[in-house]
Amino acid sequence: MSEKIATRDAYGKALVELGKENPAVVVLDADLSHSTKTIKFAEAFPQRFFNAGIAEANMTGVAAGLATAGKHPFISSFAVFAAGRAFEQIRNSIVYPNLSVTVAASHAGVTVGEDGGSHQAIEDIGLMRLLPGMTVIVPADAIETAGAVRALASYNGPSYLRLGRLAVPQVNTEDYQFQVGKATVLKEGETVAIFACGLMVAKALEAAEKLADQGISAAVINVSTIKPLDNETIIAYAKKCGAVVTAEEHNIIGGLGSAVAEVLAENCPTKMARVGIEDKFGQSGSPAELLELYGLTAENIAQKAETLLK
Amino acid sequence: MTTEAFAAELRFRAIDMLIKAGSGHPGGSLSAADIIAYLFNEELNINPQNPDMPERDRFVLCKGHAAPALYCALAMRGFFPLKELDTLRKLGSPLQGHPDMKKLPGVDMSTGSLGQGLSVACGMALAAKLDGQSNNVYAVLGDGEQAEGQVWEAAMFAAHYQLDKLIAFLDLNGLQIDGTTKAVMDSAPLDDKWRSFGWAVQVIDGHDLNAIKAAVAKAKTEKTPSMIIAKTVKGKGVSFMENNVDWHGAAPKGEQAELALAELRKGVSL
Ligand SMILES: Cc1ncc(C[n+]2csc(CCOP(=O)(O)OP(=O)(O)O)c2C)c(N)n1
Ligand SMILES: [Mg+2]
Repeated sequence: MSEKIATRDAYGKALVELGKENPAVVVLDADLSHSTKTIKFAEAFPQRFFNAGIAEANMTGVAAGLATAGKHPFISSFAVFAAGRAFEQIRNSIVYPNLSVTVAASHAGVTVGEDGGSHQAIEDIGLMRLLPGMTVIVPADAIETAGAVRALASYNGPSYLRLGRLAVPQVNTEDYQFQVGKATVLKEGETVAIFACGLMVAKALEAAEKLADQGISAAVINVSTIKPLDNETIIAYAKKCGAVVTAEEHNIIGGLGSAVAEVLAENCPTKMARVGIEDKFGQSGSPAELLELYGLTAENIAQKAETLLK
Repeated sequence: MTTEAFAAELRFRAIDMLIKAGSGHPGGSLSAADIIAYLFNEELNINPQNPDMPERDRFVLCKGHAAPALYCALAMRGFFPLKELDTLRKLGSPLQGHPDMKKLPGVDMSTGSLGQGLSVACGMALAAKLDGQSNNVYAVLGDGEQAEGQVWEAAMFAAHYQLDKLIAFLDLNGLQIDGTTKAVMDSAPLDDKWRSFGWAVQVIDGHDLNAIKAAVAKAKTEKTPSMIIAKTVKGKGVSFMENNVDWHGAAPKGEQAELALAELRKGVSL
């Protein structure tokens, strides 16, 4: 497997590429540009980068104003603050007027690590998914992040891009073309369908290998667009496999697992299990320790699948 | 039309539409009426035939609950038929309870959630600066709204990025919902606060059209963002509404409706 790259790093790099081609792209940050990696854009295009200071609510509103004048702002902070502190600004100043702003939030999930629970967003997918007309993207690796940044810059309407601090393995092939709203089948399978997003996609692939050892054929689907959800692919694989496991680095309430459950409950009720953070806050620790502690592991996915199939 | 006549007609129409809607915010619509009348009748470079004209001046009604005043100004300038004013707050109307830029041409920003508008106006002024455009961005804030922390985030931002094309009005009517601003959350002294945030500050009588005009002219010469603190009377023009907090968010009915319209009809030829 190739080198591990954090999606936030891929984001910073992709912004610079995009900045070269698209003069409408502007970037704002709230005093975290070294962490969110918008610093790369700031260095390349200082006249199109604006530090808003530690004032996320205002940054969100300024982005809305820029968007009314035809700019495409990417605004970044930690997910806790980007989606949480400025939630109502996102709602009323960006999504309600349907403005094309991308809220690109890094440090999502428990893999923030040592900073602890105050800095680990476990609810942001849910918050963003609830907003009518919001597009929610959780890229699984660097390749997908680059594709998503490019796609969202020319996308009409508001979007949320969820990025991580931790370096993650590549799960997509170099020629992968990201498309908003399209889930990708990474591994075919017959017995259980694993729908995953973000860094849990790599864990899902690992889980599928473990399951194969037990003679269980698992399909792995990367659901990087949480909204609008690729209902067609989800229903097709639920029907084909008859059992579903979801996996996400987010509260099991309100995120990918909930979204999949909603679609399946109405279209083809399927036995399913959700792997995610079980309605708890995070805490300090190394990312690896926390992933283990909260059950965000290939073992847990495989075990949940086996239990389902019993 | 003189701005005096424009303002008088705007007041009459604003209360008339509120009465027909049966709900809405008369007090803050009337206190801001002269500011809005001046801007829309004399100042703003806008085009009803081309509401999205890129080089237009922008207007953000941060205190979005004063929507009736904005709607009347837009209709009187020909952005949509005057008849539509009668649909305020009704199902399917582009005249939502608070301004909605997706539904009504001429509305530059959807507002209603207090504290957010000035940030958006900053973004508009920043975009103009980036594009080398010379348009101005106007904003109208409430005095109760000054309690919102985001207003001061925006204040800092505008000064930091030298948004000299940003000209804001503060509708200093002394009232909000739960009482006087002094009693609910005293934000005085506002002139010193805005000045200390790096803004050029003027304090004027917000019902003196000449003073409004002169203040805007002066604001345009500043190298910093401008705050024009307009001393106003909430409910201005309707005797029983003036300085009365009860008329923040209630439409007059029955006899009171008749009385309000009779007072406002004076000097208005429709
Ligand atoms: C964030 C937010 N909180 C509360 C309200 C409800 N609200 C509507 S108007 C108002 C009072 C506004 O007072 P002020 O800013 O002084 O406006 P004006 O007196 O000009 O009407 C309040 C609290 C709101 N619209 N937005
Ligand atoms: Mg007031």
